[in-house]
Amino acid sequence: MEAVSTRKIRVLVAKLGLDAHDRGAKVVARAYRDAGFEVIYTGLYQRPEAVAAAAIQEDVDVVAISSLAGAHGVLIPQLIQLLREQGADDILILAGGIIPEDEVPALLEAGVSRVFGPGSDLDEIIEYTKVNVKR
Amino acid sequence: MATGERKERFAGVSDRPVKRFYGPDDIAGFDYERDLGDPGEYPFTRGVHPTMYRGKLWTMRQFAGFGTAEETNARFRYLLEQGQTGLSTAFDMPTLLGYDSDHPYANGEVGKLGVAIDSLRDFEILFEGIPLDKVSTSMTINPPASIMLAMYLVVAERQGVSWDQVSGTIQNDILKDYIAQKTYIYPPGPSMRLITDVMAFCARNVPRWNTISISGYHIREAGATAAQELAFTLADGMAYVEAGIKAGLDVDEFAPRLSFFFDVHNDFFEEIAKFRAARRIWARVMRDRYGAKNPRSWMLRTHAQTAGVSLTAQQPENNIVRVTLQALAAVLGGTQSLHTNSYDEALALPSEEAVRIALRTQQIIAEESGVANVVDPLAGSYYVEHLTNKLEEEAYEIFAKIEALGGVVAAIEKGWFQQQIADSAYRFQRRVMNGDYRVVGVNAYADPDEKPTTNILKVNPEVQRRQIERVRQVRQERDQKAAAAALAELRRASQTSENLMPYIIACVRNYCTVGEICGMWREVWGEYREESVY
Repeated sequence: MEAVSTRKIRVLVAKLGLDAHDRGAKVVARAYRDAGFEVIYTGLYQRPEAVAAAAIQEDVDVVAISSLAGAHGVLIPQLIQLLREQGADDILILAGGIIPEDEVPALLEAGVSRVFGPGSDLDEIIEYTKVNVKR
Repeated sequence: MATGERKERFAGVSDRPVKRFYGPDDIAGFDYERDLGDPGEYPFTRGVHPTMYRGKLWTMRQFAGFGTAEETNARFRYLLEQGQTGLSTAFDMPTLLGYDSDHPYANGEVGKLGVAIDSLRDFEILFEGIPLDKVSTSMTINPPASIMLAMYLVVAERQGVSWDQVSGTIQNDILKDYIAQKTYIYPPGPSMRLITDVMAFCARNVPRWNTISISGYHIREAGATAAQELAFTLADGMAYVEAGIKAGLDVDEFAPRLSFFFDVHNDFFEEIAKFRAARRIWARVMRDRYGAKNPRSWMLRTHAQTAGVSLTAQQPENNIVRVTLQALAAVLGGTQSLHTNSYDEALALPSEEAVRIALRTQQIIAEESGVANVVDPLAGSYYVEHLTNKLEEEAYEIFAKIEALGGVVAAIEKGWFQQQIADSAYRFQRRVMNGDYRVVGVNAYADPDEKPTTNILKVNPEVQRRQIERVRQVRQERDQKAAAAALAELRRASQTSENLMPYIIACVRNYCTVGEICGMWREVWGEYREESVY
């Protein structure tokens, strides 16, 4: 039998900036928990510095950022830059929420692995995370 | 066991089981005088006015705001030209949370989700050429609501419009912010004090102003069911009434200026029943529990907005149909004012084309459908009356739970509302995932080859720079001594129990910024932090 790691995948679900729309973030956090992931939810009004620090301190495998207020173009690249500077560039970065299609390439360029738009299937998010987690 | 039916169990958005049909047994004990009464009569189940839309159509009030004051002023004028009858202002996140556009936290957020307002200068531009004695304005903002009202009053004054002529609404509903919308700043004590100060000030000085819009909209959008929306909102309303009484006001002095704001979701009959139940509960509570004597204190007047959360990014044109049905439910429910969502709102703020269609939807219902010709045409329907009773009953069960938890504020501090809403949101999402609730274009009739919609509103990235320049210029050009003195006076008064409105107005007049005032209060009162539950 192949050795299987029993360590659960650790996910940080984060809201960045002043965006208070947290319905989607909470639903996704709960779906991860139900699927057996270890979940940390930051709560609202997080600065990129605080999310980067939490990701490193909690040794997470995934950071899933929810954005519905249009600041993703500024805040997500900032967060990824901070993670890189601190040597945490093996964390899988996902984004979701209301992110216009033509703003997706810039986020992928910045290091987001995938952007899940409105109406995304929770099972698909979970499956994608399992398959693509880097560590 | 239902034989020959499509499903074993039928249920709408709120997952309440629905029977095959309804009959006299479902409204046993129904009493016309006690439960309905004619329109305009206690308990106002059938509407707050005897003639309803035969007398005056509901106010068509599209929520608008983006970029700077100039851009939003242009959108306001466009909507008025298109036949809109009231204004409704959307503010950006920094403004909602009391940060100026040049605050580091505002970076990337200026003008994105609404208009950026830093000082009176922005308000002067926002309402340029808009006669404030003719148009009523709603402002969706909470902790800084008193500051926005103060700005509005100063702009009115400069147009030569006296305070007793202006009309409109500030949302000013902090309880639903702790419960659902989460744009709170301060702890409950000082937050409630700001609200009762506005209620007292307006009762005496701005008699046509709705001092609070007690909002179920955000509670529903965060995931609550219709019954939860109804009960949580009315419980908040009762908490404000009690706060007003505790602050020494006579209930009839401020209650006629309380207004409500509900969501209108997809389940057509449940939504109609929700409005009817809300009016009946409020009338009974105000008269019997709080002893209000003025019939105007018993009336629940409401604004309604179609459910943003029901809109899909997939096949967005379908949203026009969803909005039409929701708007029709709001009208049959007897709303006083209505916002219809634009079909592209699952993607971005509305484009001009989309907002025009949304407004036209209301105009077609009003002018062409014939539903505005008869008041409460569904009265007596077994199903609608049964649902109205049922929602009232469920609301009272929820009131009892809130009371057992120690009241609204205690239940917020325990995270109870937040957990209830998160549970409902998750249950609903699970139903969508397993196909129990079908969403056209998403889990039913999806188009695998669908191309993303690209024709959406983009906020000019220059907005942030322009807005930062303006607020810095305002801070430079104003009379520094007068501004500092006004702010110091407000700080002093904030540590007493004096009514703060006159001091806020003095600050605004002297071009103190939203960030300066809210920042000062942050120092004096501290900030509220919540334990997030999911």
